[in-house]
Amino acid sequence: MGARFFGADVLRAEDRTLLKGSGQYVDDIRLEGTLHGAFLRSPHAHAIIKSIDTTKAKELDGVHAVYTYDEIEEPLNQPIKQPYPHPLIRKDILGYPLAKEEVCHVGEAIAFIVADTRHIAEDAIPLIEIEFETLEAAVRVREAALPNAPTAHKDSKDNIAAELNIKFGDIEDTFSSADHVLETSFLQHRGGCHAMEGRAILASYNSSLDELTSWSATQCPYLIRRSLAGHFQMPESRIRIISPDVGGGFGPKAGFYAEEIITAFASKKLGKPVKWIEDRQEHFVTTNTQRDSWWDLKIACDNKGRISGVRGKIITDQGAYIPWGLLLAFTSMTPLPGPYKILSMDIDQQVVFTNTVPNTPVRGAGRPNAAYAMERVIETVSRHLKIGSAEIRRRNFVEKKDFPYKTGLIHFNGTPMSYDSGDYHQLLEKALDLADFDNFFERQKQARENGQFLGIGISSCIEDTGNGPYEGVTVRVDTMGKVYVSSGAASQGQGHKTVLTQIVADQLSVNIEDIHVEIGDTSKFPQGVGTVASRVGVNIGTAAFSAANEVREKALNLAADILETDLEDLEIEDGIIRDKSRKNLTISLGEIALKLAPMSGGAVPAGHSASLESTSYQASNGMPHASGSNVCEVEVDIGTGEVKVLNYCVAHDCGKKINPMIVEGQIVGGVVHGIGNALFEEMIYDDGGQPQNTNYGEYLLPLATEMPPIKVIHQETPSPLNPLGLKGAGEGGTIPAAAAIVSAIENALTEFNVVIDRYPVTPEYLCNLIDKENQIEV
Amino acid sequence: MKPAPFKYHDPKTLSELVELMSNLEDAKILAGGQSLMPMMNMRYVTPEDVIDINGVNELDFIKLENDHLTIGSMTRQKDILSNQKIFDKAPIFREALNHVGHIQTRSRGTIGGSLCHLDPSAEIPALASLYDASLTVVNREGSREIHIDEWVLAYMMPSISDEEVLTSISIPVWKNPHGYAFIEFARRHGDFAVCGAGTLVEIDANDIISKVAIVVAGVDVKPLRLSTLETDLIGKKATKDTLEYACSSAKKIEAISDVYFSTQYRQRLAGTLIKRSLEVAIERARIINNDG
Amino acid sequence: MADNREITIKVNGKDMTTYVETRLSLGDVLREHFHLTGTHLGCEHGVCGACTVVVDGEPIRSCLMLGVQAHGKEVTTVEGLSKGEDLHPIQEAFWKNHGLQCGYCTPGFLTTLFSFLENNSDPTEREIREAISGNICRCTGYQNIVNAALDAAKVMKGS
Repeated sequence: MGARFFGADVLRAEDRTLLKGSGQYVDDIRLEGTLHGAFLRSPHAHAIIKSIDTTKAKELDGVHAVYTYDEIEEPLNQPIKQPYPHPLIRKDILGYPLAKEEVCHVGEAIAFIVADTRHIAEDAIPLIEIEFETLEAAVRVREAALPNAPTAHKDSKDNIAAELNIKFGDIEDTFSSADHVLETSFLQHRGGCHAMEGRAILASYNSSLDELTSWSATQCPYLIRRSLAGHFQMPESRIRIISPDVGGGFGPKAGFYAEEIITAFASKKLGKPVKWIEDRQEHFVTTNTQRDSWWDLKIACDNKGRISGVRGKIITDQGAYIPWGLLLAFTSMTPLPGPYKILSMDIDQQVVFTNTVPNTPVRGAGRPNAAYAMERVIETVSRHLKIGSAEIRRRNFVEKKDFPYKTGLIHFNGTPMSYDSGDYHQLLEKALDLADFDNFFERQKQARENGQFLGIGISSCIEDTGNGPYEGVTVRVDTMGKVYVSSGAASQGQGHKTVLTQIVADQLSVNIEDIHVEIGDTSKFPQGVGTVASRVGVNIGTAAFSAANEVREKALNLAADILETDLEDLEIEDGIIRDKSRKNLTISLGEIALKLAPMSGGAVPAGHSASLESTSYQASNGMPHASGSNVCEVEVDIGTGEVKVLNYCVAHDCGKKINPMIVEGQIVGGVVHGIGNALFEEMIYDDGGQPQNTNYGEYLLPLATEMPPIKVIHQETPSPLNPLGLKGAGEGGTIPAAAAIVSAIENALTEFNVVIDRYPVTPEYLCNLIDKENQIEV
Repeated sequence: MKPAPFKYHDPKTLSELVELMSNLEDAKILAGGQSLMPMMNMRYVTPEDVIDINGVNELDFIKLENDHLTIGSMTRQKDILSNQKIFDKAPIFREALNHVGHIQTRSRGTIGGSLCHLDPSAEIPALASLYDASLTVVNREGSREIHIDEWVLAYMMPSISDEEVLTSISIPVWKNPHGYAFIEFARRHGDFAVCGAGTLVEIDANDIISKVAIVVAGVDVKPLRLSTLETDLIGKKATKDTLEYACSSAKKIEAISDVYFSTQYRQRLAGTLIKRSLEVAIERARIINNDG
Repeated sequence: MADNREITIKVNGKDMTTYVETRLSLGDVLREHFHLTGTHLGCEHGVCGACTVVVDGEPIRSCLMLGVQAHGKEVTTVEGLSKGEDLHPIQEAFWKNHGLQCGYCTPGFLTTLFSFLENNSDPTEREIREAISGNICRCTGYQNIVNAALDAAKVMKGS
């Protein structure tokens, strides 16, 4: 059985439909009689709703209903349920489906209008008469963390949602015996989701069947099914969630939001399908973001730059609610040692409520934060000891012989953080070679003579991928020999159908054209987790491999009986099983399927089980760790503060690649997301909690004109944890990127002693750093 | 994000248009739509009547006569960009308009729309200022001409009444071949600039500046002509010191600030960009002199 | 009172007539009245470029043009690029270069490049990047889109 498709640049099965404009995103799906919804949302960061009168809105022609909290019936009038409960959450505050009395951020949903068209629904919004009493808002997270700060929720005594600590080793001893104790402090701000399709829901409740079908632009249809079942107190079997073509996810679309409840509720009340399409302004004020975290770290190291300990504190802005529990908080701490062998760590984190949009993971979750923090540590040591930062990395990397390497920390899934495989030293050298690092300093010198400021930056990282607990895959062959593959893992552009096809086609030795894949529909597969955290390729890849192999075994076993030959003599080619030496002795997979699935009156052959199919939930045996080293070159214009990224080189190790073309697409897209974080994306709130830049003219996403050429090379250390040697690749581009850019900027501005203590790095901020201690004539 | 209801009008002639405008209480003119439509979609603007002037063909023209360029208010940005006559006589237009938005917005956006919207950092009002342009507005009673300096009353507020419509802009182009440069700084390509600087310059055979016009956009609510600096530069030799002088005097301009950029930063940028635009313009003037 | 008009637009070569409220954007008319849902409304304030369609040969943002303004005009949407099962060279190049991931912004890139490459047969990489600078893609990082456009330009020039 040769791998024909695994590891090949197989063109995507998804693309032709999408390219022709016939993709079916939620807003493209038409159901007869559909009504359209719009929300009245809070204009205040923090307020009490004193009164609300929807009479005039209800009277508008074309309006079918206007719902406020008071019209939401039992059992739906409860706060949204915590999907990720954790004992460390001190205040498990989530909003109501529609605001009950208090609103805690601009954009919180207060009323839902259902009308013939979206236009009419929006016409009714200003007709709702509403009176607020505004309350003081908690906006800046470090101030909100103080004991006497205004509280984000009126009944709270303080804003501390949770306090976490991670530690290992003897931190006191490490610091007291260190040659040097250094410090670094910085702000990280990762911006918002900004999938090009916003959130979108089409809910259709069928009263005669008591069944709810909801199409949702979600990364996690099973989370939505489970949550709706809980809220409506309905059996999951009566709820079908379909995640059709989805226009990007990037984390925030993996959550469960109030709108899922409200649209379903409205459909049930009105007996008609109800569609809500988030508009772009709503996206800015309602879809979760991942904004500020403030880091203060102390570093213990020796004279050679060996880092022995890191201690410190993180303050994280949670926003108004905590809809993802502590996932973001934990993912910014547990991967903190990165690719480095650190002897001890002790980090506290405060998770703090503010009157802003809730904060939950964006591409990479806390991992980019952790990677950035550790790379700041490396740069701080390098700067202080005047040892090149590549060399500091080499001196601290976990070595090849150390694998499996346990850092001493515990993953939020409860298992020890253990790096399965890799070669961090070689990966760095590959990146440096790709970037022509050795000759850079000559280029830099020449450029400086021409008045240009070039800089180079390095960033190395690890990524815990393939997190379980499972994803499932069913493989079934029909009597025509067509192969059906179904899985729970919805795709938002990652090409799941293509990679599933590749694996199954190889294991069953069938043609790609004979495979039909169905994903993202809870009625097509019983259980799933979701497309987050670079976990799907590893999980569905492993499950598909195992299910397809079982189908293969099953088919060959029966074929051996029928053809009266030995199992070992059989092979499959293009769906035909044959004896290797007697090539005319054949039977097709379709014929085997027919024998295993006879109709009434038939019998399943003795010693074989019914239906040529298998379902597997086999997961990776632990988390495969991908790794990367990136090198980028920038030019800083000291006259304007503009940073041009000249080129960007990635050396990446995600083990065996199912489809290198898709992996590279993920890496390049991820790098650009990271460059956006480093230089452009910033969600700005004023001191009163009003978001300032809720449009794409002012919230800056990366454009084609500012992005550098990105070169990617791979190192392949297969993961020993799963049969295909897979590691995840969805976030490996984003995780190290901001650190590489920021280091490169500092390198370009070495003569001005610029130390950057925040990202995004804006031109004005940079000019201020340059000017601070220097009289510059531009 | 859907616009509020309005009544739609689409006059075909200027006289129909001004007639409509004098009769309607709460009307907005829809030209290229690149500013008004987003504001209507977001319901920041909810007029009772929308007057679409895209059918008024007489407002769409480019005329160049006796070193006088007249452009109809409904002329698309893309048409100005690609116009060879304009490029020959006033090449700075092409350089500046390349910074305006993107191909999808330039294909609809009009010169009149930009002059009426008056974003402080917009390129077209800056060019108008650079050339001492005058604008013609018309109402039912007749027409009047307004110099660009008097056109901007306040932040994004042109000197035009509800019954008037901007019909054309008249630009006295420079007679002789000259150096030019339009340099701006925007966070991303096609974004509204933080700050932009345009320069036109003639130098003589001895490298002495004989004629110069400098405008800076984005530091004040309207484009600023730096007339004092211009006067100072006349007769000066085009040296590094002269550039530094221009830079440091530009840094003293009183500048606005907002949530994104401070006064100091805008001043710093003004210095940088004016110096750079002057430098490029002088270099181009030298090439013309050498070729000529 | 809703303000309505009858309009006829030649969409992808075919005259289509409908009765629309005048406040509907061209994007809404294409999607809701003609059921051409390949045109996506990504921001509705004229920045993301997903809704780009070609009107009388020019790429425009269909969220910033009213449907009534397209009366009597020729509109090409993404659905008009391919001929039956045959993809347009730009679509083909996007497929082969992995120029799309989620596909949501893709129709806007295709229509923008369709119009741009018709008028620029031999573009540089920089020119392509500027041409698509009014289109936002969150997935691809643009590199494969640029590669696809360079490939498509070669094919289109040859044909």
